[in-house]
Amino acid sequence: MATLQLNNITKHFGDTAVIKGIDLEVNDREFVVFVGPSGCGKSTLMRIIAGLESATDGDIVIDGQRMNDVGPADRGLAMVFQSYALYPHMTVEGNMGFSMRLAGVPKEERRAKVLETAKILQLEPLLDRKPKALSGGQRQRVAIGRAIVRNPSIFLFDEPLSNLDAALRVQMRIELARLHEKLNATMIYVTHDQIEAMTMADKIVVLHDGVVEQVGSPMALYHHPANRFVAGFIGSPKMNFFDVELISTSPEGVQVRLPGGGECTVPVNAQALENASSENTPIESQPALELGIRPEHLVLDEAGALSGQIEVLERLGGQTSLYVRMGDLLVTLMTDGDVAYRVHETIRFGFAPERAHLFAADGRALPSLAQHPLAGLTRHDNRTSGDAEALA
Amino acid sequence: MTKTRASGRTVGGLRTLSLQAPAVTLLLLWMIIPLGMTIWFSFQYYNLLMPGMSGFAGVENYEYLLTDPALWKAMGNTLLLVGWVLAITVVGGTLLAVLFQQDFAGRGIARVLAISPFFVMPTVSALVWKNMMMHPSNGVLAWLANSLGLPAVDWFSALPLTSIVIIVAWQWLPFALLILLTAMQSLDEDQVEAARMDGAGPIAIFFFITLPHLKRAISVVIMIEMIFLLTIFAEIFVTTSGGPGLATTNLAYLIYMRALLDFDVGVASAGGVIAIILANIVAIFLVRMVAKNLED
Ligand SMILES: Nc1ncnc2c1ncn2[C@@H]1O[C@H](COP(=O)(O)OP(=O)(O)OP(=O)(O)O)[C@@H](O)[C@H]1O
Ligand SMILES: [Mg+2]
Repeated sequence: MATLQLNNITKHFGDTAVIKGIDLEVNDREFVVFVGPSGCGKSTLMRIIAGLESATDGDIVIDGQRMNDVGPADRGLAMVFQSYALYPHMTVEGNMGFSMRLAGVPKEERRAKVLETAKILQLEPLLDRKPKALSGGQRQRVAIGRAIVRNPSIFLFDEPLSNLDAALRVQMRIELARLHEKLNATMIYVTHDQIEAMTMADKIVVLHDGVVEQVGSPMALYHHPANRFVAGFIGSPKMNFFDVELISTSPEGVQVRLPGGGECTVPVNAQALENASSENTPIESQPALELGIRPEHLVLDEAGALSGQIEVLERLGGQTSLYVRMGDLLVTLMTDGDVAYRVHETIRFGFAPERAHLFAADGRALPSLAQHPLAGLTRHDNRTSGDAEALA
Repeated sequence: MTKTRASGRTVGGLRTLSLQAPAVTLLLLWMIIPLGMTIWFSFQYYNLLMPGMSGFAGVENYEYLLTDPALWKAMGNTLLLVGWVLAITVVGGTLLAVLFQQDFAGRGIARVLAISPFFVMPTVSALVWKNMMMHPSNGVLAWLANSLGLPAVDWFSALPLTSIVIIVAWQWLPFALLILLTAMQSLDEDQVEAARMDGAGPIAIFFFITLPHLKRAISVVIMIEMIFLLTIFAEIFVTTSGGPGLATTNLAYLIYMRALLDFDVGVASAGGVIAIILANIVAIFLVRMVAKNLED
């Protein structure tokens, strides 16, 4: 059992507020990923949870106990640093057993525990080496091993894979997912990497400028971003945004005029808009709306509502990215790998209205009328139960 | 032909050799000629007060020196001086480095003040210590003792070698501090935090993280200080002149006494050769150990 609650955490460095009131609930055995642009306070928040930094205000509650005044070693947490932070003058075994050595665990017991952990991580042949004599991936595994040995209730990872090359990252990603399954532990993970966030998380927390923009499952964030920031941040390549004019609202959705003159009814709840215009402002003087469509949801279509000239064409084999000029906008389209277009050709394209997102002037998304069928999916649903047993 | 160092760099080889040759030759001559002359004189009768007496002396100069109780006393003093000063500067330097790494108001000024003694000339600092600090009637230490109701200590006659050790350590502590402070700043903060998460308190962090990290820097401090401390001269010359008796005579001072006070160049040269041998014995044991430490 390990749960974590953050209640209105704030953190100031001098006069600058870095964390501006964060509430968060992490359930037992959940894999929670913090994402956000650089400098948004992910590391700071994690260090506050770890106890390496004190919160200016707010409560940190682990397993129902307020932990603000408990030292980092006594919170039952273990942290894996981006730089690995292995002790360079100790062997792998010394590194992994350091916490037990400090706690006065007898040598035999220490060795047994280290061996057991080394077995999980395939580190047995390396136990007598110093960190200097290890590869990046091996060091990372030692750092993880050092955390596992402590038997923590919550694991904290601060961008643990960002120093590894692409192939090793994929491998470690899978290994971490496997470990999560096997150890039945709660894990909190900071990353810049979209793929890591989408594939590993039960729950993604999108941070921006010290506040939580949205919390949800990867599919919920992808299909139902709460605001323009989350919509632009989650998904790669980035979502396209168009300025659109509001024509009318109805229970079926919001009708808007697209750039280039086409019209389209997006099936979203206009309630939010109407509330904003409570003083009966005529619809024409409403602030502009923004329409967001992901590159993979734009489709080539001779009868499509949008058109533009191809400026750049990137062929990846299986897929082709088209960068299409529409006035001052450069729109990204992901299409089939076999399209025969060339640069400077003019193309028409469209989209399914239910794939589009509408954002009010303040950046809030208008909620979709229909929930996407996969939005409730959790990571566990991606595996058969047989899988989970095989892994255990 | 070319060898490869552990670092992966190749050494030797014809091209690099020809480039190194002038510098190496110059250094070699610089070393060989004085060394050769010293060895040559050490086997000669050569006393400036007795110009008529010259010629090959065999090992007589050495015999005279090695049977001279002053030599053994001087060797002992040299080792004591080096040992104590090293111990004080390394331990004190490490503790001060840890202290000055903490954040406190006025840290920058405190650092400068702590390092400044190193920039005072040895003769000047020795004079300051002799006349203003340790003087039995108008020194600061005497005043302190008196105001506590204790009798003043006549440092240079009661504790001569201790006084020299204090003066030299005061001069070299800043050097150790400077090197160790620089090394402290390269300590990875993440390592300290990882240790904190592993349950290490300040003392455990010092012994398990900080000290191993400083190992190399401490080796450098020991090596460099040793080279200079083996030949301490000015401080002794200015304060005790090697006395009382031979209490503060080290090898360098003994050679000076023999050569310039007794005008016996032959014996002084023999003393020089013995000093070289002693330095090499120390070097073989200590410098090798330290250098090995530096490599890994
Ligand atoms: N000790 C400190 N003193 C002052 N400001 C700090 C301190 N530590 C962090 N900050 C500031 O807090 C903000 C958040 O930093 P943090 O390291 O949490 O960002 P991050 O989200 O982890 O970024 P990245 O993705 O680049 O690691 C930054 O603007 C940073 O400059
Ligand atoms: Mg960070």
